[in-house]
Amino acid sequence: MQKREFVNSIYKKSLSLIYNWLGDKIFLITIVSLGISIILLALGMAWVLLYEGHTSLKVHGVIGFLTSSEWDPAVKLRFGSLPFLFGTVVTSVGALVIAFFPAIAIAIFIAEYAPKWLGNIIENMVHLIAAIPSVVVGIWGIFVFVPWMREVVYQPVYTWALENNSSLLPILGNPIGYGMASATIILALMIIPFTTALTKDAIDQVPKEQREAAYALGATHWEVIRMAVTPYARGGIMAGSVLSFGRAIGETMAVAMLIGNKNNFPFTIFGPAATMPSVIINEFREAVENLHLSSLMAIGLVLFVISLIVNLFAAYITRKLSITGGQSI
Amino acid sequence: MVKEKNRAEKAISYKKPENNSHNILKLNSMSQLSDVRMETKKLSVQYGDHYGVKDVSIPVYNKQVTALIGPSGCGKTTFLRALNRMHELNRNIKVSGEVLLDGENIYGDKVNPVIIRRKIGMVFQKPTPFPIMSIFDNVVAGLKLTGTRDKRYLNEVCEKALSQAALFNEVKDRLNTPGGKLSGGQQQRLSIARALAIEPEVILMDEPTSSLDPLSSMKIEELINELKEKYSIVIVTHNMQQASRVSDTTAFFYMGELIEYDSTNKIFTNPENRKTENYITGKFG
Repeated sequence: MQKREFVNSIYKKSLSLIYNWLGDKIFLITIVSLGISIILLALGMAWVLLYEGHTSLKVHGVIGFLTSSEWDPAVKLRFGSLPFLFGTVVTSVGALVIAFFPAIAIAIFIAEYAPKWLGNIIENMVHLIAAIPSVVVGIWGIFVFVPWMREVVYQPVYTWALENNSSLLPILGNPIGYGMASATIILALMIIPFTTALTKDAIDQVPKEQREAAYALGATHWEVIRMAVTPYARGGIMAGSVLSFGRAIGETMAVAMLIGNKNNFPFTIFGPAATMPSVIINEFREAVENLHLSSLMAIGLVLFVISLIVNLFAAYITRKLSITGGQSI
Repeated sequence: MVKEKNRAEKAISYKKPENNSHNILKLNSMSQLSDVRMETKKLSVQYGDHYGVKDVSIPVYNKQVTALIGPSGCGKTTFLRALNRMHELNRNIKVSGEVLLDGENIYGDKVNPVIIRRKIGMVFQKPTPFPIMSIFDNVVAGLKLTGTRDKRYLNEVCEKALSQAALFNEVKDRLNTPGGKLSGGQQQRLSIARALAIEPEVILMDEPTSSLDPLSSMKIEELINELKEKYSIVIVTHNMQQASRVSDTTAFFYMGELIEYDSTNKIFTNPENRKTENYITGKFG
């Protein structure tokens, strides 16, 4: 009884203006405006890219800009983005293909096989590697990885092709070390931690009951993973891979440092190439011609749209493949 | 709440906790029962220092239903999971004592738990079909693990197991739809069919109807009655009516210890132990 009177007395007391009105309103206005500003920011960025890039798109035509492989900022002032589009697609798809299975294997090891202490150490290392600035990875690539690969892989393969099968040479390209292959492998190394972390999270979400059900059927540990864990986690695993793919598409610094930056098309495996981010970072300071700058902006727009599509695709996969109906009743 | 708890404690403390000697059974009222399929000998399960189950010795008879009853946390599920070595998935749990299946200790040195789990099937509290696998694949999942690939044989087994689980007629036209699309009761019967498909020797059921509606529960109970013509079944249940309906023998657990084990008829009409009587009559629990 006493308690109720006490509560009533609180309600009857007139509350201060700040408590009653300002506090709530200020909080509401703050979060609403911050939330909406994100939308405006994204739209604004898209608008700037479109506005700055539309000159180039107008001159070359959208299709022409996307399909022409001529990029000549000096003499003819013709700009086609195909070499960079292609370079980006090949490096990111290649990186994803290289990274996919090792990343999933590491995640399964952490989540399922490793003793807890070891799993924790590896998981933290994975997060640490993911946090290394890409310029540091690039430096390591220049001074350690590329010379090593040139010695151990590129040159021996090239020499072998030279002696045995010279028809391969135009495909392989010069084994200078800076080129498509190096960039792709480094990119793969950079996205493995992301795919691993996201896959591990997805595996952790698999309910205990699913594993036990498989064990109770007489499944071995590996069979439990194959039968109960990975099918259940497939949505998270696929979405994680697509998000990593998105990162690979946008990765700039390490790729620009290692890919050789030459808008070859068609490109060679060992030889230099360029991607959309790498051409932007390499050329925007020297873009004195309006059309050149506008073309770089247009490439930025294409990159923006591709990243958007990849992210939407990841969201779609998560929704489409994640398991909702199965467990609850 | 507090009052009830006090009453429960009072009801329990009628008799001091006996030593374990009473666990060695006098099965006078059960002489008509058939042979022993499984047997536990001083089975204990420890979580760290805490005993989840302590020194339990009971038989499981061939083609009979053994019910494990008792209040929440009394160790009945823990005991059940010790019967097919499910506790080994958790490193912090220690099992001691023996579990004999046809006279052989399943915790023996050379025994592979994977083989044991194929012989002793399990149905869980929540239906656990593999949600994206088709109904067909769910049923034959265990068989495929043993390397069986013959499509005709798999079809045969699938139909038989689903029929045994009283699900075949409901799903025969959509065996390729995912198991997760079925209703809760159907999912549980699918889980049972999956356990039956590998033709285990004993089936363990951990409160198989606790998450189902009354109608589905009734179906599962009917199913248990049919299944015992072929299998030995151990069922954990919260529901005493269910225990009295489906089981032939009943074990009453309290605080991790076996209080009484006898034929279901005896337990529910004339229990020897006061705690059992109090639990059966609803004085606590």
